[in-house]
Amino acid sequence: MRGIVKRFPGVVASDGVNLGVRQGEIHCLLGENGAGKTTLMRILYGLYQPDSGEILLAGKPVKITSPSVALAHRIGMIHQHFRLVSTLSVEENVILGVNEGMGPFLRLGKTRKRIAAITDEYGLSVDPKAKVWQLSVGQQQRVEIIKALYREADILIMDEPTSVLTPQEVDQLFATLRTLVDDGLTIVFITHKLNEVMQVSDRVTVLRQGKLVATLPTSQTDKPSLARLMVGREVVFRLEKNPPQQGEKLLQVSRLHTLNDRGLPALRNVSFEVYGGEILSVAGVSGNGQTELAEVLTGLRKATSGRILLGGKDITNRSAREITDDGVAHVPAERIKMGTVSNMSVRENLILKDYRHPPFSRGIFLNYKKAEANARRAMAEYQIAAPSDSSAAKLLSGGNIQRMVLARELSGKPRLIVAVHPTYGLDVGATEQVRQVLLRQRERGAAILLISEDLEEVMALSDRILVMFSGRVMGILDAEEAEAGEIGLMMAGVQREGVRR
Amino acid sequence: MGWETWFIVTLSRTLAYGTPLLLATLGEIYTERSGVLNLGVEGMMIMGAYAAFSTAYTTGSPWLGIMVGALVGGAFSLIHAFASITLKANQVVSGLSLTMLGLGLSGVLGRGWEGRPLPVSIPEITVPGLSKIPFLGPMLFEGQNLIAYFSILLVVVMWYILYRTRIGIAVRAVGENPAAADSLGISVNKVRYLCTIVGGILAGLAGGYLSVAYRPAWTEGMTGGMGWIVIALTIFAFWNPAIGMLGAYLFAALYHLSFRLQPWVSPELLKAMPYAFAILVLIAISRGTLQKKMGAPAALTLPYSRSEE
Ligand SMILES: Nc1ncnc2c1ncn2[C@@H]1O[C@H](COP(=O)(O)OP(=O)(O)O)[C@@H](O)[C@H]1O
Ligand SMILES: [Mg+2]
Repeated sequence: MRGIVKRFPGVVASDGVNLGVRQGEIHCLLGENGAGKTTLMRILYGLYQPDSGEILLAGKPVKITSPSVALAHRIGMIHQHFRLVSTLSVEENVILGVNEGMGPFLRLGKTRKRIAAITDEYGLSVDPKAKVWQLSVGQQQRVEIIKALYREADILIMDEPTSVLTPQEVDQLFATLRTLVDDGLTIVFITHKLNEVMQVSDRVTVLRQGKLVATLPTSQTDKPSLARLMVGREVVFRLEKNPPQQGEKLLQVSRLHTLNDRGLPALRNVSFEVYGGEILSVAGVSGNGQTELAEVLTGLRKATSGRILLGGKDITNRSAREITDDGVAHVPAERIKMGTVSNMSVRENLILKDYRHPPFSRGIFLNYKKAEANARRAMAEYQIAAPSDSSAAKLLSGGNIQRMVLARELSGKPRLIVAVHPTYGLDVGATEQVRQVLLRQRERGAAILLISEDLEEVMALSDRILVMFSGRVMGILDAEEAEAGEIGLMMAGVQREGVRR
Repeated sequence: MGWETWFIVTLSRTLAYGTPLLLATLGEIYTERSGVLNLGVEGMMIMGAYAAFSTAYTTGSPWLGIMVGALVGGAFSLIHAFASITLKANQVVSGLSLTMLGLGLSGVLGRGWEGRPLPVSIPEITVPGLSKIPFLGPMLFEGQNLIAYFSILLVVVMWYILYRTRIGIAVRAVGENPAAADSLGISVNKVRYLCTIVGGILAGLAGGYLSVAYRPAWTEGMTGGMGWIVIALTIFAFWNPAIGMLGAYLFAALYHLSFRLQPWVSPELLKAMPYAFAILVLIAISRGTLQKKMGAPAALTLPYSRSEE
């Protein structure tokens, strides 16, 4: 792939990428979340069209305008979220879209024989008549591999294939991939886990913010240097920040467990404390339990065991409203979906938390005068740019929506602030302002739990850094002494010495 | 009238009245299987009925009429296909508009045709030999027309296509997980367009059957809410053509009984019976969880586009 450029509104997802993959190798594509790995491979698979750049197969330029063209060039892709039709059987999924002569008619006998040949050769055992919804995630992945092999793919792209697998299934997958390349297949393996790169790949390409940073033979590199390439060498920018004034212990979390939406463990034995006047950051690659942690703390998800104490009071599994009333503010990750009601006015959005209490309520009625005064004050203090306090929230830009959410959540001087990706997707100015607001709350003595995937932000804002991987606490570092390389390693699952699991 | 005759007549009328329901239900099953909800069945049926009647009246050929009815139904469904697939508009709104447009348009166009009887309608046939079978003969093989038999053949064919061919797998995949189908090079929009048109053609055919075979005349609004029954039957059928046939005849039997039982039970109550059935079916299955368990196509009413995920 030569000079590939792909822009999305507000981001350059691929910025002049030159990627070369050799026949018969396992080539890892390594990068943090949002580095542009998926985008690049979707371009190769014809799901996205590049703004510029070209693709060459065996030296010849090709135009891949859709997945069917990619399939015709024998390129197969296994998406991060599997693309299987759960109500169809395994064999129906395998032959979906394949043209084998015979017009519309099936020859299931022949199909089954071919599937059996593939499953026997590569140890991908799965019942072809089973419906996909009956299969485990590991088995579903096998079906995806069988689909690609049934179409005689020469190049197989796998997008973060291990994120849903158990360690045993990962070992099995790696063994399968080895047999496949021995048979001449070429595999592009997307991951953000350094261990996997070292374990499985022949060569590795590191992407950062849409740019290709380096392509290296795996044997000539190691985890720390890959971590540095992935996270970036730039000097970490530190904000003006007063020395911490640690107050009392406000939040104590002990041995917390919970499940994710699929019913799998999302938090395993998580324990930590947050003190007044400090910012504790939770760093980690997305999907390692951070979202679930924020949800459990704010009453949006039930803990299966463990205890959460807020200033000594047990708030485990209390309702979101009770927790809010106890002085916990939540700046949610999805600021538009969860943080605001987009069709309601700025004024109304600003009292969503307190509308039930005076001065905003008078019995069952709202006191609009007070709400209006409140809106004016908040708009001035937080510099919310909106046509007026009665304009709908959906008309505001991202930065102003976040300022509005902060204004609401921070009113009433919360004791604990849970902020999830508070600057994600904001421009430089808004980012700066949000960070200043958090620092001001810290000065005031609030305890702040900051969940962020932006390492630079974590380093700049926090007093202590907690690194999560796979639902576990990998370690808690003092921000003054922490190094990006070390954090990167811990984010990738390398345990810090002296930390018990 | 002896009970035997009574029974024969009831079942024979059930077959006759069930045919348009069956045709339109088969079409809506395909449309919904591909992920498109078309609430415009009533509109497509009435347009089909009007087009079939006016063509048959002018040309004197009921067969030509019913074919034009089917084509007009198919063409009419393109409006919904364009709005909901290409423009990704809300399918409920678009379908409802189609129904209202069809009822209004056919009412205006049909004003001059009101009350004229059709000189030649689609003939009722007696199947030689089979009609001599005692009991079954007069019930199933006398006084029916070819379209009734065609619709039963269609059940078999459409069931086979849906469950036993590549086409059917593609249709089900597109309605269930369009992203998966797209990744395998299947054109989601093409499949949806074709299924929506199949739905339109069959609804138009059903309408034509009403105006040139079942009751050879044109009356404004003559479909009388049949299109809504079809929507209920589609769900009742679990989106399966075979169960769709069962449902269509069951409903037709209830409808017919409402006339037969008139000497004993209040006619208003009886008239309401079939619609009560439709409402009950809809209530029972429009509860989200149940609908999921019943196997509603997972992507029903959801437009598909590649870059939005
Ligand atoms: N369909 C899309 N529309 C808009 N932005 C997108 C889309 N897909 C990806 N992006 C943006 O492009 C960047 C790279 O995303 P992606 O390729 O998914 O990264 P990765 O797979 O490395 O995590 C991100 O900033 C992401 O928000
Ligand atoms: Mg990705």
